[in-house]
Amino acid sequence: MAETAENARIRRIRAAVAIGTLAALVIVLAMLPFVLSDYGLSLLVNVMAYLVLTIAWALFSGTTRLVSLATSAFFGVGMYTVAMLINVLPLYATFAVAIAVGAVLALVVGVLTLRISGMFFVIFSFGLSEMIRELMVWWEINQTHTMGRYVYVPFDTTMIYEHLLGLAVLVFFVGWQLRRSRFGLALMVIGEDETVARQVGINVPFSKVTIFIVSAMFMTLTGALMAPRFGFINPNFAFNPLVSFQVVIMAILGGLQRLWGPVLGVIPLLVLSEELQTEFPFWYSVLLGLVFMVIVYFLPRGLTGLIEEGWAALGKPLDLPRGLTGPLLDAWGWLSRPILLPRGLAGAIEDRWVKIMPRLPEKR
Amino acid sequence: MSAIEVILGGVILGGLYALVAIGFNLQYGMARIVNLAYGEFLMGAAFAAFWMFTLFSINPILGMILTVPVTFGANWLVYRLLMTPLVRRARTRDQLEGETILATFGLLFVLRGAATLAFSANNRFYDYLGEPLHLFGFTFAANRVLAFAVACVFGGAIWLALNYTRFGTALRALAIDPTGAELVGIDVRGLSALAFAGGGALVAAAGTLVSTFLTFNPSIGIEFTMKALVVVIMGGVGNMGGSLLAGFLLGIAEALCSYFVDSGLTLAVAYALFLAVLVIRPRGLFGTP
Repeated sequence: MAETAENARIRRIRAAVAIGTLAALVIVLAMLPFVLSDYGLSLLVNVMAYLVLTIAWALFSGTTRLVSLATSAFFGVGMYTVAMLINVLPLYATFAVAIAVGAVLALVVGVLTLRISGMFFVIFSFGLSEMIRELMVWWEINQTHTMGRYVYVPFDTTMIYEHLLGLAVLVFFVGWQLRRSRFGLALMVIGEDETVARQVGINVPFSKVTIFIVSAMFMTLTGALMAPRFGFINPNFAFNPLVSFQVVIMAILGGLQRLWGPVLGVIPLLVLSEELQTEFPFWYSVLLGLVFMVIVYFLPRGLTGLIEEGWAALGKPLDLPRGLTGPLLDAWGWLSRPILLPRGLAGAIEDRWVKIMPRLPEKR
Repeated sequence: MSAIEVILGGVILGGLYALVAIGFNLQYGMARIVNLAYGEFLMGAAFAAFWMFTLFSINPILGMILTVPVTFGANWLVYRLLMTPLVRRARTRDQLEGETILATFGLLFVLRGAATLAFSANNRFYDYLGEPLHLFGFTFAANRVLAFAVACVFGGAIWLALNYTRFGTALRALAIDPTGAELVGIDVRGLSALAFAGGGALVAAAGTLVSTFLTFNPSIGIEFTMKALVVVIMGGVGNMGGSLLAGFLLGIAEALCSYFVDSGLTLAVAYALFLAVLVIRPRGLFGTP
């Protein structure tokens, strides 16, 4: 057993190096607000907020494979709770209340819909944000006679950033622990095949609802932390469906196989989003939708999948059994083929189109 | 306004919801595609009717002769070009649902953005048959009654086609068991494309009818998609009669809510109804436990 002891020592050293590197990275990130310009800082705050939202989304949707479109609902609930209570309670108390409200909402939605079928949940998550917005508008107009609230507190952008950074570290830690735990494994089994999960004795509804609540609490707190960033908040602003949409794109672009996948998705999309909004403000929605469709069709495993495939391809030896001339002859043969259209032009286009579509990875 | 009048108004609205939901059910129940961009075709047809009426003063009901086939073709192309690759690469039904939700979510933003670019985000309205109509001692807006009648015609045509034609029988087989349908020689993919396109045609008809009595803008589509989803799930996926009944239920509930509480809470009503059904009958209104 000497070798296992040796292995354990190596593993400890590797863990120490990894933790040290990550700690250094967090310290550097924490220092950034003091060197960056105001514009850079505001971009960084957005990156951090979306990072937390995307990883929180992946905690639930990446494991159970249920597409949740409710991100903006929880984000909005966090933001609007702070906006409503800011004149009554101290700031940190409003954050606590926001988390509690988000958790209760997730519990109710989860218990009512996740228990029964995945489709019910998707439908509910799709309309949840819109429904709460409708209810809040009605409540504010008819009951409190206010349309929009002011959030002026001594909680500047640097403070928001540092809090979000802490939250990002926490959500990373939760995600990392989840991947190593029995509970995380149970969720993966549910995502692969729910019937199997039930047969091996996993409490399916409980697991799904629990992880949904955890994910929702992170989203709600992100919304709450972002509230002081905007001085004036109304329901239409807080419950913006675009947030759900962007989070899904970012997660898919990054890829869900790796915990750090979302990092790769958040930064390019936020930069692209910023560019599109300044360069083509009117085309924003169209272009974002197109970007999204390209990702869904051509990058179903995201950038991490692409990197892994590229890495695997690099490791393989070049396969040229017939020498260099072989592929050339093949290409010539392909080019000189007569054009056959047994199913007409539309059929040919359809076949080509299907051929260039990447296939999903086989089940492990 | 008496309670009966409120309920009858709800029935009229419900007829429209039923039409929208039956179209959605053709796409989801038969072709197995969850099309989140469904409502965008309703919006497109509403704008087509608006422009034809204001520019060339074409009667919106006559205009359907153009918009319904065009939307049918557009949806057929959407299925053939955008959905076929997803259908081929999906291994299970759940996976197909997940992937089509994502793809059509993107399509929704593309179509809505394009409509906003082309027509601006302004609210549109045109006056067609706005005069009151007296029926059986009650008063209704004539355009709403007409919309209800046309919705009934379309719904009836679908019902006849599904129950009394060979084509309809094949479609019902597809809804119950796609693998079995393939085994008895049904061209599943071709038929799915037609069912999907048929759903698109129905929503185009609904869009034209909506435009005659509601104010609309490029972002109304999503609300109709949400309501169609709720109605289809309540009535049962693939169950057209269920969609019909659930559509009327939603229309009546909405009319009651806007009369007694507030007209701005329509989505909340839809979801409250959905939750109530979920709690009382977790498998839908007509599901077998």
